[in-house]
Amino acid sequence: MKSVSAISALLLGLTLSLSAHANPYEMQLRNGLRVIVKEDHRAPTVVNMIWYRAGSMDEKDGYSGVAHALEHLMFKGTQKYKSGEFNRIVAAAGGNDNAFTSRDYTAYFQIVPKRALPKMMELEADRMQNLAFTKAEFASEIKVVMEERRMRTEDNPHALVYEAMNASAFKAHPYRRPVIGWMNDLENMSWQDAMNWYKDWYTPANAYVVIVGDVNKDEVFKLAEKYYGGIKSRPLPVRKPQLEPEQKGIKRVTIKAPSTLPYLAMAWKVPKLADVDKDVDPYALEVLAGVLDGHDAARFARTLVRETRVAQSAGAGYDGTLRGESLFYLDGQPGEGRSVAELEAALRGELSKIQEQGVDEAELKRVKVQLVASQVYKRDSMMAQAMEIGGIEAAGFHWRDIDRLLEKLKAVTAEQVQAVAKKYFSDDVLTIATLDPQPVDPKASAKPSVPLKH
Amino acid sequence: MRIEKFLMASACLLLAGLSHAGPRIEHWTTPTGARVYFVASDALPLLDVQVDIPAGSAQDPQGKSGVAAITRGLLDAGVEAAGSAADEEALDEEKIAGRVVDLGIKFGGGVDGDRSSLSLRTLSDPEQRNGGLALMRRLLAAPSFPEAVLAREKNRTIAALQDAQTRPGTVLSRRFGAALYGEHPYGRSASVESVAAITRADIVAFHRNNYSANGAVISMIGNISRAEAEGIALDLAAALPSRAPAAAVPAVAPAEMQTLRIPHPSAQAHIAIGMPAVKRSDPDYYALLVGNYTLGGGGFVSKLMQEVREKRGYAYDVHSYFAPRKLEGPFQIGLQTRREQTDDALKVVHEVLASYLKTGPSAAELKAAKQYYIDGLSLRIDSNAKLLGYLSAIGFYDLPLTYIDDYPKLIGSITAEQVRAAFASHVQENRLVTVIVGVEEK
Repeated sequence: MKSVSAISALLLGLTLSLSAHANPYEMQLRNGLRVIVKEDHRAPTVVNMIWYRAGSMDEKDGYSGVAHALEHLMFKGTQKYKSGEFNRIVAAAGGNDNAFTSRDYTAYFQIVPKRALPKMMELEADRMQNLAFTKAEFASEIKVVMEERRMRTEDNPHALVYEAMNASAFKAHPYRRPVIGWMNDLENMSWQDAMNWYKDWYTPANAYVVIVGDVNKDEVFKLAEKYYGGIKSRPLPVRKPQLEPEQKGIKRVTIKAPSTLPYLAMAWKVPKLADVDKDVDPYALEVLAGVLDGHDAARFARTLVRETRVAQSAGAGYDGTLRGESLFYLDGQPGEGRSVAELEAALRGELSKIQEQGVDEAELKRVKVQLVASQVYKRDSMMAQAMEIGGIEAAGFHWRDIDRLLEKLKAVTAEQVQAVAKKYFSDDVLTIATLDPQPVDPKASAKPSVPLKH
Repeated sequence: MRIEKFLMASACLLLAGLSHAGPRIEHWTTPTGARVYFVASDALPLLDVQVDIPAGSAQDPQGKSGVAAITRGLLDAGVEAAGSAADEEALDEEKIAGRVVDLGIKFGGGVDGDRSSLSLRTLSDPEQRNGGLALMRRLLAAPSFPEAVLAREKNRTIAALQDAQTRPGTVLSRRFGAALYGEHPYGRSASVESVAAITRADIVAFHRNNYSANGAVISMIGNISRAEAEGIALDLAAALPSRAPAAAVPAVAPAEMQTLRIPHPSAQAHIAIGMPAVKRSDPDYYALLVGNYTLGGGGFVSKLMQEVREKRGYAYDVHSYFAPRKLEGPFQIGLQTRREQTDDALKVVHEVLASYLKTGPSAAELKAAKQYYIDGLSLRIDSNAKLLGYLSAIGFYDLPLTYIDDYPKLIGSITAEQVRAAFASHVQENRLVTVIVGVEEK
């Protein structure tokens, strides 16, 4: 619970959407809070989410992890409800609640039987304005966050590689900091730091509510007015762009950690989606990722894992809908008897093939079939629908863009895919992070390690 | 809109404090002995189908742990020709993967101790649905298990196992399973040696002996008619020859109390405490489920979470659960904590458990637990995917067709005394196994 999702933006970027009805609906309160409601009457349940446009990218050096730490502290009670009461009320309604922090946003949700919705909205509105965690609660909770970092990152070699890759790829842009925060920043975080964060960012004009389920939109809008309408908005701190200066040459970083298989992650700086209608390249990059690794018959699985067996696993991803800056990722583990260098060459080789020979219509069609099917499958989950709306909004777009994005993806041509493959994959904007496997028992004689190319 | 109506009705009834009405589950048995569970739902243009085979990793041959999992994993590695027509040709793994993608379908499922499962999610228009079902049928009936693919997948599995065995969480779950169950099949897990020993003959034999219609459960939910569902079930069951049921898994012996401390350079100690505890068919299961909510199942409201995380900041994650199986599945408490404070955290866990075993839930705690399970039922059946899971469990564990309808009453009837008695007979402090991975090298 209260979990970090550093890659959720990436996942959202890969799963764009379609909703072919008058649904959803939205309204805005005078204090600036937007309320988006999608009616889904299949079952008497509802997902209530509130998203704050405050993620780790809004933090300053020395305060990394404070967005996520505050997410934990949001469960520590208010002037009206004591610590833990929020969870107890949700559980007593039969519901589940959780929250997650990303680079771009912090979001809270409850999944409850529909009759509990008014109470959930009351509780969220209450903790938006009346949070009251004590210094003792802070001191205890920050230890929990440090345990979380140990669990998710320190004892997880791939997470260490991902962290190192971002910290290397970006030197100025705030995406260089891990969402969970650096351990030393967590050790030095104070009650006041967390409270300042809350006061800076937790204000209605910096938030939006997403509700999906068996509800009537007009009733929900009335409830929103009742619970959130009286909250005054405060001006937000100034956000500096902090754009990353142009990278001028390849970067490489190595992480040593216990494992047997090496792991390689490559990231190129590529453009993100800026203009839904005019842009072409971001859509083509997303389709490129799909051609490489969008499904089990895609090029990586077919060629690298099953045919040449240079890879034990191989993946591709593009993160185009976000507030910050985009990367195009390739990653993988070398196959039996293969080196990291061979894997790297093979991953690059797959890109070269597309640069030189392009993609054929059949594989383009396959990527699009997956897109369309996944949109229908998504309708089986209210949470997936709420995440889709919240995610696109978090990146600065509108939920109405969801359909448009899908149309644009379906319109991508083979020529456009080949063009982006040629245009963006220069070594000068590449960062490579490698896991160098270490024995679990440092006294045991290490196997001759697979040579690392530097 | 059958499901929707039923679910709507159920909410009204619940508000009125009356018994719950779940979706209408239709059930029949095919002539070859497959038991079928079907819910018609036209809310979405989807069909979900799952076939559960009553043979899981507990049926792995001695010394060859991993056979069930590899058999299931290789179902889509190739199929034999089904006839001489163009659409009946033999398919290799690339053709199968391509067909899955072209149809926009998804295969899922996997293997646990008791069963092997193959599921299909498809759009319900005839082209995709029929194409998906035809492929599913061929995967079940005539997988070819090509030698070359097996060799490659064995290598990949071994490499993944070796890597996973450097992770403290994996070391913990393997050592804990072995310590709980000893030589019993529930305690075995695939190892480098056991996977290396597996031959194509083992895979072919496992498929031939276990992928059988009698004992199989076919679950379906989607916008198809009863007649269509009957046709699908008949066709899938026909893909599975009728055979004598697999040999019964031997009885589980009680565990001996012990503590294993395993060195690892991890930042945290990864800890599991537990014992073999309860069969899915045991009537005590419901009292244990409700009682465990207060102990460590109820997220932030549980005693373990309150004492270990909220009050002391010892862990991010601490939980307890019962995982019932055909035979005695484990009771398990799990947590990770900074290694230097392992003993302090363990002390708190043991105090919470001891005190709970003694007193059981208070009236308020019991009420909260029941409320959670009863009022939350609608959340656990609010999608086709979730309902499919219920259909499969009802079929596989022989639960009554009225299971969902009966559930609120069943949970509502549980008393604090029943919880105490159930814990007393299924969780004994002097039989608990403790495994700690991440201690200092001596």
